[in-house]
Amino acid sequence: MYSEKVMDHFENPRNVGKLEDANAVGEVGNATCGDIMKIYMKIENGIIEDVSFKTFGCGAAIATSSMATELVKGKTVEEALQLTNKAVMEALDGLPPAKVHCSVLAEQAIHAALKDYSEKTGIDLGLPESVHEFDCASFHKSMNEENKK
Amino acid sequence: MERNDKMKTVYLDNNATTSIKPEVVEAMMPYLTDIWGNASSVFYEVGQKAEAELIKLRESVAKNIGAKNANEIYFTSSGCEADNWAIKGYAFANKRKGNHIITTKIEHHAILGTCEFLEKHGFNVTYLDVDEAGIVTPEAVEAAITDDTILISVMMANNEIGTIEPIKEIAEVAKKHKIAFHTDAVQAIGHVRVDVTDLGVDMLSISAHKFHGPKGVGMLYIKNGTRIDNLIHGGGQERGKRAATENLAGIAGLAKALDIAVSDIDKNMAHMQKMRDRLINGIRERIDYIKLNGPTDERRLCNNVNFSYEFVEGEAILMRLNMKGICASSGSACASGSLDPSHVLLAIGVPHEIAHGSIRFSVSEDTTEEEVDYVLETMPKIIDGLRAMSPMFEAFEEGKLESFTKKV
Repeated sequence: MYSEKVMDHFENPRNVGKLEDANAVGEVGNATCGDIMKIYMKIENGIIEDVSFKTFGCGAAIATSSMATELVKGKTVEEALQLTNKAVMEALDGLPPAKVHCSVLAEQAIHAALKDYSEKTGIDLGLPESVHEFDCASFHKSMNEENKK
Repeated sequence: MERNDKMKTVYLDNNATTSIKPEVVEAMMPYLTDIWGNASSVFYEVGQKAEAELIKLRESVAKNIGAKNANEIYFTSSGCEADNWAIKGYAFANKRKGNHIITTKIEHHAILGTCEFLEKHGFNVTYLDVDEAGIVTPEAVEAAITDDTILISVMMANNEIGTIEPIKEIAEVAKKHKIAFHTDAVQAIGHVRVDVTDLGVDMLSISAHKFHGPKGVGMLYIKNGTRIDNLIHGGGQERGKRAATENLAGIAGLAKALDIAVSDIDKNMAHMQKMRDRLINGIRERIDYIKLNGPTDERRLCNNVNFSYEFVEGEAILMRLNMKGICASSGSACASGSLDPSHVLLAIGVPHEIAHGSIRFSVSEDTTEEEVDYVLETMPKIIDGLRAMSPMFEAFEEGKLESFTKKV
């Protein structure tokens, strides 16, 4: 069901835990849908010096969080803003169709942390007014319709 | 999956399926080798032999479920087929009498899916609520009866939370109102005594692989005098009610497994209950913020343990258990690939948040104390590990989120 890379990041997640000296925090998802991702970042001079996560969710949710933190660690905030769910998926050698939304959530969690940084520092990152909140209910509905085809 | 090949597998998913007993395989073998004839081809000895065997097997099954006549036993390909047949077959054959069916919100999807199909074909279905233990009361069933009600279907034992329903009492209500009554007894065989005459049911479904028989064979008991249309049309097998050349090896497997399940039931129930309680008590002692889903008394199946673990998600728990060689199942949405967590957990009032964190362990007569203790040693580490990375648990510890379950 899952690739070896997904299993590796599930079994040995990287960058887990609360970052005590974080200066940017982002959280997306909700418990009703079964996924919450929280990203902590320590950003110095526009560079993500450290990053960590906490995730409530399935194996794919944990693996995508882990991979997303790996992909943005040491990057500039501008580079991190370019992170897409597709890049997270590719880095994990793919996800089952029903789990694609986990990678979307990971992308959004990273963006939410960057938005928090932008708001706290007043540095304009050119982010849209509101970071698009992932709507899991409508996503699942569309997935179910897709599956029926 | 990262697993040590030498690691022992601890199989605690016996509500999903059971291992096939060697005696059952042995009982099936003659029908895969020497007795290969078609039981309907009775003009020569090869077929006659198969027919004679089929008669014996049917009689054995009838005796073991308390049916008065062997001709009330109809073999099917599965419990799912038996359920589909009972509901659709009865509804279509009796639609002139009425178009209303009563069932419950916690039935297996074989019943719920069939009822939803019938709703598209002019039938009305009432899905009864259950209480927090999953119980359907005879009073609730009676209150739902209308002039159009033709059929009531209530499962004997729930597969997810182990609730044993008051089938005999509900059957009495049905009888009083002259309404046919079906029960899905797929999870009951081997765990609860099942006697169709004592229960007073008109139809009852079973599936061999849930009691150490083979997959691909089930049975529908249909009391004589019950009008039912075919689900599968074609030849004259099963008294013309269910076409398809009989799966003699499968039927022999079902008959043998049933025979063992019935004769060993007292011994097995006592053992399973002991293992079940060791698990329930052990988990309660070792893990906080949990909720036992389903009844806490004698109305619980002797082999079912279902807890919700707050702040963590079921699929992740399953994957961690698998890393330790433990097989279980979950009612989380992620584990089922759908939007919502288990319909059964939602029906007993478990909130979405903690329904996602549910894990079912189901033991068998083969489960050992050693296996249970291994689970009790492993499970707290898994829950602690996942909680340590859960933002919900962090919020709870910081006082920003309340626990549903409190400390047990």
